[in-house]
Formats: sequence, structure tokens, C-alpha cells
Amino acid sequence: MAKLDLNNLTLAGARDSLRARDYSAQELTEAHLEAMEKARALNAFIVETPEQARAMAKAADARLAKGEAGPLEGIPLGIKDLYCTQGVATTAGSHILEGFVPQYESTVSSQLWRDGAVMLGKLNLDEFAMGSSNETSHFGAVTSPWRRQGSNVALVPGGSSGGSAAAVAARLCLGATATDTGGSIRQPAAFTGTVGIKPTYGRCSRWGIVAFASSLDQAGPIARNVRDTAILLRSMAGFDPKDSTSVDRPVPDYEAALGSSIKGKTIGIPKEYRVDGMSPDIEALWQQGIAWLRAAGANIVDITLPHTAHALPAYYIVAPAEASSNLARYDGVRYGLREQGRDIVDMYEKTRAAGFGKEVRRRIMIGTYVLSAGYYDAYYLRAQKIRTLIKRDFEQAFAAGVDAILTPATPSAAFGIGEKSDADPIEMYLNDVFTVTVNMAGLPGLVVPAGLSAEGLPLGLQLIGRPFEEETLFTLAQVIEEAAPKVGLPEAWWG
Amino acid sequence: MTHAAAPLDIRTADPKKLIAGATGDWEIICGLEVHAQVTSQSKLFSGASTGFGAEANSHVSLVDAAMPGMLPVLNEECVRQAVRTGLGLKAEINKRSTFDRKNYFYPDLPQGYQISQFKSPIVGEGEVVVDVTPSEQIKVRIERLHLEQDAGKSLHDQSPTLSFVDLNRSGVALMEIVSKPDIRSADEARAYVTKLRSIMRYLGTCDGNMEEGSLRADVNVSVRKPGGALGTRCEIKNVNSIRFIGQAIDAEARRQIAILEDGGAIVQETRLFDPARGETRAMRSKEEAHDYRYFPDPDLLPLEFDDAFIAALRDKLPELPDAKKARFMADYGLTSYDAGVLVAEREAADYFEAVARGRDGKLAANWVINELFGRLNKEGLDIVHAPVSAASLGAIIDLIGSGAISGKIAKDLFEIVWTEGGDPAKIVAERGLQQVTDTGAISAAVDAIIAANPDKVAQAQAKPTMLGWFVGQVMKQTGGKANPQSVNELLKQKLGI
Amino acid sequence: MSVDQATVRRIARLARLSLSEADVAPLQGELNAILKFVEALESVDVDGIEPMTSVMPMKLRLRADVVNDGENVAGVTKNAPQSEDGFFLVPKVVE
Repeated sequence: MAKLDLNNLTLAGARDSLRARDYSAQELTEAHLEAMEKARALNAFIVETPEQARAMAKAADARLAKGEAGPLEGIPLGIKDLYCTQGVATTAGSHILEGFVPQYESTVSSQLWRDGAVMLGKLNLDEFAMGSSNETSHFGAVTSPWRRQGSNVALVPGGSSGGSAAAVAARLCLGATATDTGGSIRQPAAFTGTVGIKPTYGRCSRWGIVAFASSLDQAGPIARNVRDTAILLRSMAGFDPKDSTSVDRPVPDYEAALGSSIKGKTIGIPKEYRVDGMSPDIEALWQQGIAWLRAAGANIVDITLPHTAHALPAYYIVAPAEASSNLARYDGVRYGLREQGRDIVDMYEKTRAAGFGKEVRRRIMIGTYVLSAGYYDAYYLRAQKIRTLIKRDFEQAFAAGVDAILTPATPSAAFGIGEKSDADPIEMYLNDVFTVTVNMAGLPGLVVPAGLSAEGLPLGLQLIGRPFEEETLFTLAQVIEEAAPKVGLPEAWWG
Repeated sequence: MTHAAAPLDIRTADPKKLIAGATGDWEIICGLEVHAQVTSQSKLFSGASTGFGAEANSHVSLVDAAMPGMLPVLNEECVRQAVRTGLGLKAEINKRSTFDRKNYFYPDLPQGYQISQFKSPIVGEGEVVVDVTPSEQIKVRIERLHLEQDAGKSLHDQSPTLSFVDLNRSGVALMEIVSKPDIRSADEARAYVTKLRSIMRYLGTCDGNMEEGSLRADVNVSVRKPGGALGTRCEIKNVNSIRFIGQAIDAEARRQIAILEDGGAIVQETRLFDPARGETRAMRSKEEAHDYRYFPDPDLLPLEFDDAFIAALRDKLPELPDAKKARFMADYGLTSYDAGVLVAEREAADYFEAVARGRDGKLAANWVINELFGRLNKEGLDIVHAPVSAASLGAIIDLIGSGAISGKIAKDLFEIVWTEGGDPAKIVAERGLQQVTDTGAISAAVDAIIAANPDKVAQAQAKPTMLGWFVGQVMKQTGGKANPQSVNELLKQKLGI
Repeated sequence: MSVDQATVRRIARLARLSLSEADVAPLQGELNAILKFVEALESVDVDGIEPMTSVMPMKLRLRADVVNDGENVAGVTKNAPQSEDGFFLVPKVVE
């Protein structure tokens, strides 16, 4: 079998043919390692782990031969470099963690290895997952495998899980782990024509994943289609007694839910998501999505989520506040970078100023400010009250019988590297305007590719579900996936 | 904690407790924040051991070292211990409390924040009755009790340029018990901490071992003219013995009085007590005002439990010192002082009760307080290591009661049991320590002594107080075993006095 | 609300981020842009609204009091920039 074919599989297809012994896990892994090597120009990986990958693939082949294959046996995956991996450098995209080698494995990644998956390496990301373009990584921006039609301008893959989305879209891995605090799974999935889901808060363990904003962070997968994403989530999800916010309830077989009828499902269309400056492509796509779901038998209803507009500003209080505290541990004492100083305070200040990039420092500053004496009530407390209101909006819609909500994923298609001004952080923050509400309310949100922009770039739609009803989202997403014109994957221009 | 609000002041100045200054008398106003290590096997949010004295950084989990991605999970026993302590302080138990992060940078604070309970503590207002002297009781109101993490330890004397950080204590559970400013002297402060420690030891919630740092206090001190407006307070951090707490209060009060009488003003600040110099000094690391940026820890949820949870703990509470003292006074007829001494430590109270049960309570108390405690003090021993068991002491008392031995012999017998061990009754039998009540034998001894000392006889007949000399001689002759009453009677009769 | 340059310096100090003089003005501008962006929240009526404490309704779980972690000096100190005899070493702290 030609190697090229091994890079063009779906995860589900690879799983089945590995079991059929059509090819070995080692062959599949080699094909991906080769593709990674050729795609270094994309800068999707911070660390490649070919030795681990080969050893894991060999072990997978042994289990496959014995008929003891796990659900992901032999499947090569990339791991966002926010997940701590035992014995493999973990950087969170930051200089401050350079050289840090965890002595532990995150719960979510350990579940992937438990199920037989193969680790190809650690994927690039915005520093500490703070960004929407993957440009804030200390290890350089990731270049999207997508280009505008007839242009070779380098585009961003989105962020913060830009490495994950780019690697999946460029066929460097069959799937990838990602994390989502305000849209970091869904926005890059939308930009790269991939599928990504941020599960319900508490569905995946946060243990061993470098924290950004604890009350918002959730792990989730990015893959090339809905089925593959569902397969990955089943392995990633689950109760973890080591995470006090992890929810103890059984993990459904998400893949098994696919294909069930959506007849009679009620889909809410929130009017507040029709924002100024939204591209006509996106508006058209949204209408198209509504039509596809209606055609499949869903009830479409207009709903209102009145506090939507407040979600992004409230997010930019809550997330930096938590981050300012979560990132206090990077102090040059126990791991990571240390810059010498005159005394302990000088050491702290120099280490943290040198170790954190500009965006991270900016968010630490904002977070420190909004928590500081005299401002807590006006900012943090108020933002948490507004969060209650945002969540209530959704609860009321669900109580009125809405099963899921359909919205655009992003206000626009991918933009060029360096295109958004650095001096005005808000311009970049607005990327998350449709995704951030979901984190604020703890709900599951899924992005599925649904079409191409006028410039030939992928565009996605977002489905928002009731808590722990990820199955509904997968089912609906697959309806869109099947109805939509094939978005496909970018040509391999990178080598 | 503040104690600036006037309504908090519930006591009028006691002239005995005032400090004389050049401009008149001054009153100390003091409140304590006691940090008591919760008795538990593992830490508040991690499964690492709380054991004392281990190799540096050995009792440290990845959570305690604040490795990236590590998360806290609350220890249920620490919650129970806090509730038990709250019940022991007759305090309000909050069925819903929250954990907040207190943010600051320090090398022995690996997370860059301490997980504490700022806004909603697990225990609210309570009260402790403190015996300052046998005749003086005060009430100290408790403002709150909350759970929090201890920090690690930095050693500063290992190198001229470096500090050595050990995180073994990092994350150990502490209860911070905050009093209202109801304390008016160093003596009161010492008595208060002693009482708190006693209550917690009864409850088994804190071992109160100050050498191992299980109990420390931050001491808030201000001074004022009696009845006047409250002064500016200073906080003396981390005072680690009951004795030093008293010394620190006195030293700080004197310092403040000197400044005020000099026309100066007190600067609100954090200070340290230097036991070697007997004075407090401003902390050097106070270079900026603290801004702890408290906010609810997003890694944890609110802690909630129901009335049944509290009731189950309440049902299993041991009898506490105040109740035990009252019972000892009522059941055994003890004085307040004796009862107070006996209940200060649970082990002593248990020992006493084992001795007193079915016996004369007062006699038992005398023996325990005078003989046993005296001997323990002399040897520097703890009651749990007393060589004379409660059963043995009870047996000795029984031998006195039955008239088998005299009080004096009983003391010798106590000494024998203390040093050699053994069953008191057997020792008495084997060594012939029984009291001689046979008047024949005593009479013979009396006769012999009268015969040998005609001059003393004449003196005694002139001056009956000389009788004592004869008693002593007879006792000597009989090896102390003669019944003193019989000796007295026979002597009086034979000497004709 | 907006921040002045003294506040920028104070916050940087609280956050332990050294700041060069040249950094102050641009950072002030960026922070004020963000603060202006979140200003819209001031108009929201939040009277009687509880602040969110946990996004999913659930009870805090407690763990049993057992020692099952620690005793890993090498692992804990492995990544330390400077350590000796199991201790982390830092520039001298003066109390």
C-alpha cells in the first residue's frame, strides 16, 4: 500500500483497517512521522517524539496481534503542549517553562495511551493558551496549511490550539488533543476545516493540563470529521478523583449515537449572534445550516440570549483574573526559567518578565488589577454575576424545549499572520465573540466545517448543547457534515 | 483581623491589669490569631504525609510543589476536625463555606497563593471561658475559625547568599482561630492559648506541640488609656510558644507606650518577636502594602454539608474541660482550683478519675496533684509515662483507707512502686510495712522509751508539747509502722498528761 | 475606570513583573483599552444576582485521609533551577 494513502485516512478508517491488519501501526506511525518531517515549515509541533511513537506503535502492533486492541490502538495523535507528558518536555508555548520535563502524565493523555494511541509529539499553541492565532507562542507562529485561493500569504490556523488544528488539517496526525478556555478548540477548528468539541465543563479531567483559567478550561479533541472527534472524546472524557471539578457520570459511546434521527429536535437560533461587521459569507452559511437541519426534520425556533454581548467583556475579567493567580507558580524556584537577580524579588521580577511573552504579561496585569483592593467588586464580582446571567439565558432556552443552539463559529475566516494589530488587543479578542459564551456557561460546544468563504477558506458552524448532551451535538453535526459541500483538506504545498 | 470597632469592646478596664506609664495608666488590647495544625495523616489538599522531621522535600507531592496542572482535593478528616473544634468552641458551624486564594509571592509558598477561607469560613462566632487564675475567669469571644494551608520552610543560615526551601510543611492543614480583641494582659493571652490547646487536645484535633510548630500565634496588640479610644495596633507574626506570646505582648505594649508618651504615633505594621532580646522589631520584608487579591479558588467548589454531618460529630464529642471540671467539683467534691488543675490535660483527668472512682475523691485529688504531679515535674515526665499506674495509686490509697499502712508509709510505698514497680499490697506484705495496731507491741516500745529517757519524761510532764518527741521516737523504733493514734493515746496515758 | 502610570507600576510590582520605563506607557494604553472594553458591564443590572461559584451544579467531593503521595524528593526537585541536598535554593530571603 502506498504511503500517501496512510496519510489520508480517517481515524475510524485507520482503526478498522489496523484491526483487519491491512497495515501495521508501525507503518501508519512511520507515514505520519515522515509527513511531520516534511511539514516542519508549518511549525505545528514544538517537540517531535519519534522514538516514543515507534515504541508505542510496536506495542500497539503486539496488542493488535493478540486481539487485545484498545479503542484507539495504533492511532497516531498529536498532543497540545499544554498537556503534561511524563518524560517529554512540556512548555505551554512559553519560555518560562523551557526545559521543564514533567514527572507525570496528564489524566486525559494517559487515557489515550491506555486506549492504545501513539504519541507523535507536542503541538504548538499560543503561550499558556492565551491567543486566537497561535502567534503568541514562544516557539513561533504556526502557519495554517490553508491559503486563500490564488494567494500564498501565510495565514493563522487560529488559536490557541493552532498546532493541533494545523496538524490535523495537514494530515500530520489522525487527531489531536486541544483545550478550550474561550474558543481555543472551536475557533482553530473553524479556521482549518476540522471538527472540534469543547465538552461540558467537568467532562474531561483538568489534572496535568497547564492551567490558564480554571473555571473555563476544558480539554477536547480536534479531528477531521465528526465520527473521529466522537471516538476521541470517548477516550478523553471521564471522571477523575484528582480533579475536584470533574463530574462523576458515565461516558457514553458517542460514536454509537451518530446517525440517529434528529427529527423533532428543536434548534434555537439566537438573534444576538447576528453581530455588526459579521461577514456576509458567515451570515449565508448560518442560513444554510438552518436549512440543512430543518430539511433533516429539526424544528427551528428563534430564541433570545439577552446577555450574549456581555460575555466577552466578562470573560476578559474572569479569565485574566484566574490566570494571574494560576501563573503565579512560575517563579523560577522549582522548575523552568530562572533569571538571576539581586535578591529574591528581583529574581522573581526578572524571571517572570523574561519568561512570559507580551500577551501573557498583559493578561497577568489585567487580572492582577481587577482582583486588587478596591476593584474586586466592580470587576471580578460583577463579572461572575454576569456569568450567572449568561448561564441563565441558556437555561431558559433549554427549559423552553430547545435541544441545541446553532450559531456561527467565528465572525470571519482565517486571517493572515501579523494582520491583526498588536497594539489593540481587543481586535484579536473579538475572534472569540461566538465561542466564549459557551465557556462562561460551562456548556458543550462543537464546531463543524460547513462551507468555504469567497476566498476559498473553511468556515464553521457552532452547535451548543445542554450540559452533558455531547451526543446530541455529534448527531446534529454529522447531519451538517453530510449535507454541506465537502470542505476537504488543503493541498500539501508545504513539501 | 481588625479590632478597631468600638462595639467590639465588651470589657471595662481592670485596674489590676493596667500598665503604669509616665503619663498614667495604660490598658493593653489584644486579639490573637492562633494557627493550629490539624491532626490528620495527610495534607489538606494532597495525599502527602504530615509527619514531622522528615528529610527535606520528602513529604511533598506534585500538588504541594505546585507543579503545572496539579489540582487540590480536600481532605475529609480536616473538615471533620475543623467542625469538631468549632463545636468545642461553642461556635456556629457554617454548612456552606468557600475556599479562597490569598495571592502573594514567597519562596515557601509554591503556588504563589495560599488556599484559605476568607469570605465564608467553616466556623463562625464562638466563645472560650478562660481561667486566668483560680479565682478569675474571663470570656474570650471567637470571631471565626477557618481552614488553610501551611507554607513551607525557608532556612536562611545555610549559606550567606542563598535560602534553602523545604516544602514538607507546605499544604499541611491549619485551623486559624481568630479571637475578638477581648484579651487585656499577657497573662490572659497565655491562659487563653493554654485553654485553646487544652480543648483541641481533648478533641484530638490539634496536638498543640509547639516545638514542632503545631501551634503558633499572630498577636495583635494596641494600647490605650483605660476606657479611651482604641489605639493603632501592630501585629506580631508567628510567635511560637505560650511563654513568648506573653513576653511579646509585654514588650510590644511597653514599646508602644514609650512611643506614645514621647508624643509619637504608632505605625500599623507587622513585627517579629526576638526572644533573645525580648523585644519586637519591624519585619524587613514589609516593603509594600499587602494586596492579597482574594478570590474564590476556581479549582474547588463551595464546601457544603448538612445538619446530620454536624450531629454525627457532635454525638461523638468527648467531655470537654469545662464540663469535666464542673462534674469533678460536683461528683468528687473538689475545689475549683483542684478540678481546674486536673482537667487541664485530658490524660491527667482520666488518670484522676481512674484513681478516684469508688474512693475518696479529695484524697485521690491530693495524691494525684501533690505526689504524682510533683514527682512527674521533678523528673520532667509526662503523665502518660508515669511509672505508677492509676490502678497502683488507687491500691495505695485503699491501703491507707483500710488502715493497713499509715500516710507516711504510703509515701514510701509510692516511692517503691515508682522506682521498682510491683503490686502495692504485695509489697506491703512482703516488706512488713503494715501498720502496727497491736497495742501490746506499741506499749512495749513506749515503755522502753520512757524508761530510757527519764529527763525527757520530766520535761514532757512540765511541757506537754514535748509529746511530739516521744511520738517520733516510738515511730522510729517501730519502723514507722505503729498506728500514730494508738501511740499518742498510750503516751498520754503513761506520761500522765 | 482607567489606570495611570503609577498604577501600572504598582500592578507590575504586585504581579512580580519587572517593567522598563519604556514599557509603561504602551502597557498603560493597552490596559486602558481593555478596561474601556469591559466598561460596558457597568450598565448591566446585577442586583440580587448571585456570583457564579461553580459552573456545573455539583457538590465538592472530599478525599479520605490517607497518605498515598510524596516520598519523591528526586522527582519533586528534578526540574529545579538550583537545588542541593533535596532543598530548593533561592536568593537569600530577609525577613
